[in-house]
Amino acid sequence: MSVWWQQFEAFLATDPRDVGCDEAVRIMHVYAELVTQGADARSRFPGVAAHLAACGPCAEDVRGLVALLREEARPDTAS
Amino acid sequence: MDPDSEEWLRGLRGDGAVRQEAEARLHALLVKASFKEAHRRAASARLEGPDLEELAYQSANDAMVSVLRRLEDFRGESRFTTWVYRFAILEVSNKLARRRAALASAAMPLEAEDWERLPERFGDGPEESAQQRELVSAVRAAVRESLTPRQRELFVASVVHGEPTDALAARLGTSLGAVYKTMFDARKKLRAALDAQGLLDGGAPGRTGRAKVTKP
Repeated sequence: MSVWWQQFEAFLATDPRDVGCDEAVRIMHVYAELVTQGADARSRFPGVAAHLAACGPCAEDVRGLVALLREEARPDTAS
Repeated sequence: MDPDSEEWLRGLRGDGAVRQEAEARLHALLVKASFKEAHRRAASARLEGPDLEELAYQSANDAMVSVLRRLEDFRGESRFTTWVYRFAILEVSNKLARRRAALASAAMPLEAEDWERLPERFGDGPEESAQQRELVSAVRAAVRESLTPRQRELFVASVVHGEPTDALAARLGTSLGAVYKTMFDARKKLRAALDAQGLLDGGAPGRTGRAKVTKP
């Protein structure tokens, strides 16, 4: 089977644990702190992890928040 | 709740000079966060100079309004500053989505459905084969026969035309969550329709390449 069809089939797959955008956004500050602390955010919030694996815009928002927290945690940028 | 978060709340719920000082600190924090996030996304958003600064500053101002309005929603599940950053991130994200939607509306002939490019959207080259044409045709038929008009509209815009879902939500004046839920249901229906025709290999649920496709 061609590459695009495999990708397309993967795109069609949905995870029943997926909590959707609203819940992911509601909890993203808690999730991002866990990620920044090196805790297992995926196990703690499997539905959010499933959503972030499928939703590009929400994953980008969480990446931005994690980046902010990591920069804040660096000794030379702490306020 | 951690002591720093309690101090933030005391200040923002305080009176007179105490509250003014806390609000000034909050605004400075939101400006810093909004600028960092706008700069982080600047390259992919093709945004620079005064446009970038204006978007970041407006995001900080709008986030400030949201934070103060929703102060009572803070439950101490995270540090207060992390909760606050979330508002800045979401404002920048929403404004960039609206900007992309405006650019896409100007550049994209949305009335024409370019189904032949579907394989390219999912990583294949532009070359065509008989099998490829058959699969595209099967997807097109499944979209026509299995999806509701709304699901079909969003599928064509997002998947066939490659419009990012957040920009699509902004263009249609609806929430990203609503677009995602409609697409989630559409994906399930299409998977069932194509599987019933024996066209799928049965990949593991939950593994998707969609994030790469929808991201701006």
